[in-house]
Amino acid sequence: MTLTAPPAAPPSQARRPPSRRRAGPLRVLLHAFLALVALGWLLPLALAVYASLRPYDETARLGYLSLPENLTLDYYAQAWTQAELPRYYLNTLIIVVPGVVVTLLLASFTAFAIARLRIPGRKTLLIVFTAGNLLPPQVLITPLYTLYTMIPLPAWLSDSQSLYDSYLGLILIHVAFQFGFCVFVLANFMRTIPEEISEAALVDGAGVWKRYWRLTLPLCRPALAALSTLQFTWMYNDFLWALVLMSSGDKLPVTSALNNLRGQFFTDYNLLAAGSVLVALPTLIVFQLLHKQFVAGLTLGSTKG
Amino acid sequence: MATKTRRYSARDVTVLVIGLGVAVIVNVGLIWGPTLASVGLSGTDWGGIGPIEWIGGRNYHDLAAEYPPFWSAVRNNVVWLGFLGLVATPFGLFCAVLLDRRLRLSRVYQSALYLPVVLSLAVVGFIAQLVYSSDYGVLNAVTGLSVDWLGDSSINIWVVMVAAAWRHVGYVMIIYLAGLKAVDPALKEAAAIDGANERQAFFLVVFPTLRPINVIVLVITVIEALRAFDIVYAINKGRNGLELLSVLVTENIVGEASRIGFGSAIAVILLVISLGFIVTYLSQLFREER
Repeated sequence: MTLTAPPAAPPSQARRPPSRRRAGPLRVLLHAFLALVALGWLLPLALAVYASLRPYDETARLGYLSLPENLTLDYYAQAWTQAELPRYYLNTLIIVVPGVVVTLLLASFTAFAIARLRIPGRKTLLIVFTAGNLLPPQVLITPLYTLYTMIPLPAWLSDSQSLYDSYLGLILIHVAFQFGFCVFVLANFMRTIPEEISEAALVDGAGVWKRYWRLTLPLCRPALAALSTLQFTWMYNDFLWALVLMSSGDKLPVTSALNNLRGQFFTDYNLLAAGSVLVALPTLIVFQLLHKQFVAGLTLGSTKG
Repeated sequence: MATKTRRYSARDVTVLVIGLGVAVIVNVGLIWGPTLASVGLSGTDWGGIGPIEWIGGRNYHDLAAEYPPFWSAVRNNVVWLGFLGLVATPFGLFCAVLLDRRLRLSRVYQSALYLPVVLSLAVVGFIAQLVYSSDYGVLNAVTGLSVDWLGDSSINIWVVMVAAAWRHVGYVMIIYLAGLKAVDPALKEAAAIDGANERQAFFLVVFPTLRPINVIVLVITVIEALRAFDIVYAINKGRNGLELLSVLVTENIVGEASRIGFGSAIAVILLVISLGFIVTYLSQLFREER
């Protein structure tokens, strides 16, 4: 295709008439379509919220698609106490907070070494780390499980006395698995920071640690904010690692605790709906508050900053 | 070596060795080590305890010849990939193209499409039950049918894929939207001057420049299709028509079965497929960098 750059004035003139013409019915159609899709996308979630607000005997009688006779928040109270959600939220925090912090620390230092220092084999390291993040977890789960049962831990750190069924074990696998993605994003980000800043510090005789901690890390704040939002959500939502590497019910993270609301013979789905909403709430709040960071995190990773 | 010692003091070297050492140990010890061990174990009949006996390729033979769930899982994974790749991904791209213009409420539409991405798949699995359940589900109530959407093994995979697509579309949409925003507007303008209509401008001018994004989205789609696990597990533990390779691996090692060698063989098949795409992805990424 031979496209020569046209002078600045004509294109805007040439373009204006068609876009004016389309402003009418096509715009309306576009909005109608997008609104319809958006509504369709929200509907399932709205349904869960609606179901959670209605008593079981009512929905059993009328079905979920009916006008409400009673609306109640009772199920939320019940889910909160019966499923002991506060304890499971705490479990999740015990796993996710150190998980995110350690991942970012380790990843940012590694990214710094790869992007800023001319260490030998830096490209290989980056490739190996990034590839590790893309593996399906099932590929490594069997030996990992065996390894975890074989590594002893002192009783004060884990009452199972092994890495298996311990918080530390779950934190470690989150760190290891998410590490690659963070290194990749941060290394790309650090390359966009002007080299001169580091060079000037080098002349001043700053050591590696100081260049990392005092000079580079503060400049990475946007990337770190984006990554911590993303990592919080991913670790919070994890289901598989806890399923395989945990056995005591009382140590499970909150996503797995949902099953406590299922009875052995009978399940009250309205109660389960309330539980689901409560479990989904933290990520939804994070998403609403930090929408920009969240999207930035994903697109930083996929389009190389 | 000489330049290195000149530039880095002993303390610098210590910091680097510790920092990178921890990173490498964690990564190799918990990710690549176990991955290689999976490959090794897939040639044994280990059951978790007792001696490990080498049996060569027998697990792979048994898998293909005497384990019916394997082929239904392969079929389901392929169908899953096809559905995400041919339906969900293009729809995500379509939404991104529509949203990539100055629109009122664009943020609202984006948020709605993107919302399911932040939900735990365990929650998505439960919502799927609310919608699809045969006796109380909304779908049957609306359509007046009495289909057991999740229990009928010939259709349940399709409706579960719709739930998975619910998440996938938003993910793809966000990535394409970022890609589209980076396209030089002058390109589109030039195409318009040359008399191209909007569709021509997109397919002939804009789409080709999205090549790196396309590769990334393709890989994300494949990886997501191979990783699919939580949603079927939350619905019925991945049985009765919802078998997936990832479920079979987990099934064979967790619980009473403990057929570690056999489970590893399934894992290795997953590994080989995903490595193919990972290599494609990385070579694309690192070639771009040059």
